[in-house]
Amino acid sequence: MTLNVRLQATGPIALDLSFQVEPGEVLALVGPSGSGKSTVLRSIAGLWTPTQAHVGVAGEVWHDSETHLSLPTHQRKVGMVFQSYALFPHLDALGNVTLAMGDQPRAQREKAARALLARVGLSGFEARRPADLSGGQQQRVAIARALARDPMVLLLDEPFSAVDRPMREGLYETLQSLRSVLAMPTVLVTHDMDEAQRLADRMVVIEAGRALSSGTAAEVLCDPRALRTLGLREAGSMITAIVEAEEEDDLSRLRTVGGPLYVPKVSAAPGTRLRLRIPAHDVMIALERPVGLSALNVLPVVVRAVVPGDGPGVMLRLGLGEEEILARVTQRSARHLGVQPGLACFAVLKSMAVARDQLRT
Amino acid sequence: MDWQALGLSLHLAAWTVALLLPVSVFGARALAFATFRGKALVGALVTLPLVLPPTVLGFYLLVGMGANSPFGQVWTALFGQGLVFSFSGLVAASVLVNLPFAIQPAQRAFEAVPPALREAAACSGLSPLQALWRVDLPLAWPGIMTAMVLTFAHTLGEFGVVLMVGGSIPGETKTIAIAIYDRVQAFDDRSAGIMSLVLLAISISTIMATLALSQRMRRGPVQGAPR
Repeated sequence: MTLNVRLQATGPIALDLSFQVEPGEVLALVGPSGSGKSTVLRSIAGLWTPTQAHVGVAGEVWHDSETHLSLPTHQRKVGMVFQSYALFPHLDALGNVTLAMGDQPRAQREKAARALLARVGLSGFEARRPADLSGGQQQRVAIARALARDPMVLLLDEPFSAVDRPMREGLYETLQSLRSVLAMPTVLVTHDMDEAQRLADRMVVIEAGRALSSGTAAEVLCDPRALRTLGLREAGSMITAIVEAEEEDDLSRLRTVGGPLYVPKVSAAPGTRLRLRIPAHDVMIALERPVGLSALNVLPVVVRAVVPGDGPGVMLRLGLGEEEILARVTQRSARHLGVQPGLACFAVLKSMAVARDQLRT
Repeated sequence: MDWQALGLSLHLAAWTVALLLPVSVFGARALAFATFRGKALVGALVTLPLVLPPTVLGFYLLVGMGANSPFGQVWTALFGQGLVFSFSGLVAASVLVNLPFAIQPAQRAFEAVPPALREAAACSGLSPLQALWRVDLPLAWPGIMTAMVLTFAHTLGEFGVVLMVGGSIPGETKTIAIAIYDRVQAFDDRSAGIMSLVLLAISISTIMATLALSQRMRRGPVQGAPR
């Protein structure tokens, strides 16, 4: 049930990209607003017609310019979650979900819809109309509705951007919990790098309708072409750490392949695996293990690559065992230190760079 | 009081509403959502009866439907009776005259349905007709009701076009508005007064009904649920 997408369009919304999404995989389309990422989703759903396109799922062709085939939206088995929720205001939560369930007998539809609403954490809210639900709850109904017709492809169009930050956390968790049962390919459109890193297996960075870079989060974030679009602030790496102990001074000691790391106390039991996000601009390098430095976290690393960027900076890909840390330093420092692939050195992480809200199991 | 004229008027209004209801639903929806060549022209033509003097409209209808016109000839050949100075002709004229009343409020109501809802309906697997029935109509019905109420009331009061196309044949084309004029001409102020009062009462209740409906539309279709 692989989703194959190849799109080309000229005119007001230019597009030129192609990608594949495997069953059960979540692909994030990341890019600034106006980059065409929503248009990609709309093309898959048949809400927008590109100049040249091929959209196919599991051997079923939805759009093929060469044979002039284009199924209307309602004949494409998609589930779509809109940024604006787009719930039917005249129907209650249950009605919104059952309406998307086709011609099955009413009792059967209602039973399935109740189960779906329970799955997204809305048991007891079946009879509420959208106007009487919070933004987060409305988006949960929308997710249930999108899943109601057992779609072949799930499309999420900036689903969290209209939801309050605190509510978002819960929605991320709901979506994560659904992933185990979602067998179809999922495409998530977002401009939030953090969201993409948390929810997606792979990402494609889009600018002006073209795929600048694609791959896993780590791969994309090392790619200066992607960074030009995403902004340097977003550049960072993810490493795995295991909670070891809580120290007396409100710090937690974590174990990594390169040695211990200290972060502000995390509320996770010892033994918990965490993913740490380390912004590239919060990493310094030193040729020798520094002494007399306030930074607590120093890891021995090996330079894997020096990637020149735009302007005065370079991106260093530093190997830490199997993992990789990104460091953003100036070209001048890199030259001065004689940084080149293979050089063993030390990465100094500012303690606060391991931000608390990035700690995830 | 000319009961026959009132009955004829109600009959005419009912026919007009019945014929214009599908036009209102599908025409207004097309004008609200569809993109097609000449949409602006269609929109203008639909609005035209609002500004055109009824006598002018009546004149063109008379010429267009008359026994010498191609349309009139075809009609006569088919039904053995001319369109002008007949009830059928009156219905045809009334339908045309009421197009703006039947379409515009409904069009506004359809336009007020957010496009994302229709997209969501399609993404939920609803065919365009199912989406109309399950999503658009439940949200736009106050506008359609308003359109029908206005059409009904306007038909009862229409004078110029009716006189031009139908003349004043009792039981066939003599509507209540014509009857009032007729009574005034005959210095029968009492009958004219009663009939005017009946029309006034109908008009006031119509306006009140429309106001209530449009208020309901502004509040949105969500009802009953306590906040």
